[in-house]
Amino acid sequence: MKLKLEKRPEPSRLMLYASPVGAVIVTMIVGAIIFSIIGYDGLGAVYQVFIAPVATSYKWSDVAIKASPLILIGVGLAVGNRAAIWNIGAEGQYVVGALAGAGIGLLTQNATGPWILPLMILAGIIGGAIWGAIPAWLRTSFNVNETLSSLMLTYVAIHLMNYLVTGPWKDPTGFSFPQTPLVTADQTLPIIIPGTQIHLGVAITLVIAVVMWLLMTRSVFGFQIRVVGSAPQAARHGGFSHKQTVWLAFLLSGGMAGLAGIFEVCGPFSQISLGFPQNYGFTAIIVAFLGRLNPLGVILAGIVLAITYVGGDMAQSALQLPNASKGIFQAMMLFFLLASDILVRYRLRLVRRAPAAVSATVPERSAA
Amino acid sequence: MSLDYLIAVLITVVGASTPILFAGLGELVAEKSGVLNLGVEGMMLIGAIAAFATVDQLGNPWLAVVAAAAAGAAVSMIFAVLTLSLSANQVATGLALTIFGTGLSTLIGNNFTGRAIKTFEPLFPAALASNPIGRVVFGYSPLVYFSFIMVALVAWFLRGTRAGLILRAVGENDLSAHSIGYSVTGVRYAAVAFGGAMAGIGGATFPLVLTPLWAEGLTGGRGWIAIALVVFAGWRPVWLLAGAYFFGLLSTFELYAKASGASWTSILPSEAWAALPYLATVVVLAVISASKQAGGNAPACLGKPFIPSA
Repeated sequence: MKLKLEKRPEPSRLMLYASPVGAVIVTMIVGAIIFSIIGYDGLGAVYQVFIAPVATSYKWSDVAIKASPLILIGVGLAVGNRAAIWNIGAEGQYVVGALAGAGIGLLTQNATGPWILPLMILAGIIGGAIWGAIPAWLRTSFNVNETLSSLMLTYVAIHLMNYLVTGPWKDPTGFSFPQTPLVTADQTLPIIIPGTQIHLGVAITLVIAVVMWLLMTRSVFGFQIRVVGSAPQAARHGGFSHKQTVWLAFLLSGGMAGLAGIFEVCGPFSQISLGFPQNYGFTAIIVAFLGRLNPLGVILAGIVLAITYVGGDMAQSALQLPNASKGIFQAMMLFFLLASDILVRYRLRLVRRAPAAVSATVPERSAA
Repeated sequence: MSLDYLIAVLITVVGASTPILFAGLGELVAEKSGVLNLGVEGMMLIGAIAAFATVDQLGNPWLAVVAAAAAGAAVSMIFAVLTLSLSANQVATGLALTIFGTGLSTLIGNNFTGRAIKTFEPLFPAALASNPIGRVVFGYSPLVYFSFIMVALVAWFLRGTRAGLILRAVGENDLSAHSIGYSVTGVRYAAVAFGGAMAGIGGATFPLVLTPLWAEGLTGGRGWIAIALVVFAGWRPVWLLAGAYFFGLLSTFELYAKASGASWTSILPSEAWAALPYLATVVVLAVISASKQAGGNAPACLGKPFIPSA
């Protein structure tokens, strides 16, 4: 008896949507085993990271707040990834967006009025988009690999933030802590559910995700993105320019990352400190894939990854697990999702071993 | 500047260059076979913690290098199975490997925080390294000499051996290589494993040569610079050596900016010096990529999944 892979006549929709769920479940099982091997309480770790945030109702608003930036950045990245354009520097675009908005915040410290918050948000979007425009420009003008350049710029952004926060933008009344001044009342996103920390940004995120879903599935723009990614030749014949798509993908994902950054400044963080970068920009890459590059799927995936953020904190206090260990769970989800992708295009079948047939043949494969 | 100061600078530069040289060499071989593995940073961190734990437990830095190579090669197999056997997307899988390696090394390293390890004894008798010239020639960790040997070995392997020719053929035209009977997948598995082992040794350089203390994420993005270096070098080992030392030099400016406030480095804030290697990488990539000649050196099948037609 032998397991054999058989090509499906067409990709399985069931597997396409079931495999992310399967990936999360397998991650929990394998994660428990790995953590036990290293010498931690494996089952406890899985419980704290995946179950406890859901089982503890007062953590739900925490999950919502952390899901918001992940979804926002993830939706932007999903668009680029559909077109096979790889922006892995969203973390830097998130930081620069936050800095741009916070800069407006510093200038308007003593001002009042309803115009201040929208202006900061606009600056955040523009800041993120500009940081995203650099890899797009380098790619379209000099053919620089956008994966590397966008990532390098993330390090530059974080060093820029460190400089501003410890130097010129340091809060003079902050007891020499490296942090910018707290945002004023007119610079703060209003809370939309009283008694929680859920702010207006969370609602805006959901609206944007739904709008992006409509754009991607119902518009020429979405069609262009999908054609450029899946059939570059056809896209050229159809008159869709690759350069234009690169620009679109980077301005959009950079702008969304910048928006996520300024939402954090005007919301949960209330300022920028050295601990401001939370790896949302990197985790959002996993969110985009786990959500199957579909904006509605990204909402669900963002919630799952936000649970691991909250759960990572809970595991830290309950089990003294280092916070970064949540990255192991997050990476495993992506590993298992990528591994299960083959089940979308192939089916497993149990066959009786034919006498002479099987040497070490590699099953026929198709492009990822 | 005194001679002693210049020698101290040189030794710092060599230390900073060695990890990216190792990791870059491994990535170069993997890319020559047509595989783009973006998990270098993660594999380096796994190598670093494997080396640290080995010295901490067994006290032998040579064994630590072996452990780092083995650990790097082992995690690279996750990437190999996903991309080569299951045709998963190489970019996404490499990213996941980096996130995985960062998390796993932090989790394991948590047990070693604040502990110091002993490292290599000097390779040459102290008398040889007593004068300035002697120190420049004989004063380094064994890993530094090993990195030079590996540059020569990789250059010879790729240019002068049959196995190297097959590896390049697989990277340039996988279908032809397959049709004349070479195992494309097998060659790529081996190349990815070599890349993982070299990244592991590059990571081991941090605790064994640079600072004998464990710090979370101690590679600080050097794995990504190593990947950029391969493009910079136009997939040629000797150019990779030059590039590694160029970026090593840039990355030491930050140390000097922090250490001596009154020196020439004070014209810029230390954060600007810290950002310089990354900024320089982007600029150099732009210059290199704009010239057609360098782009023409990229293996034709780089990053593309292998689809056997028969």
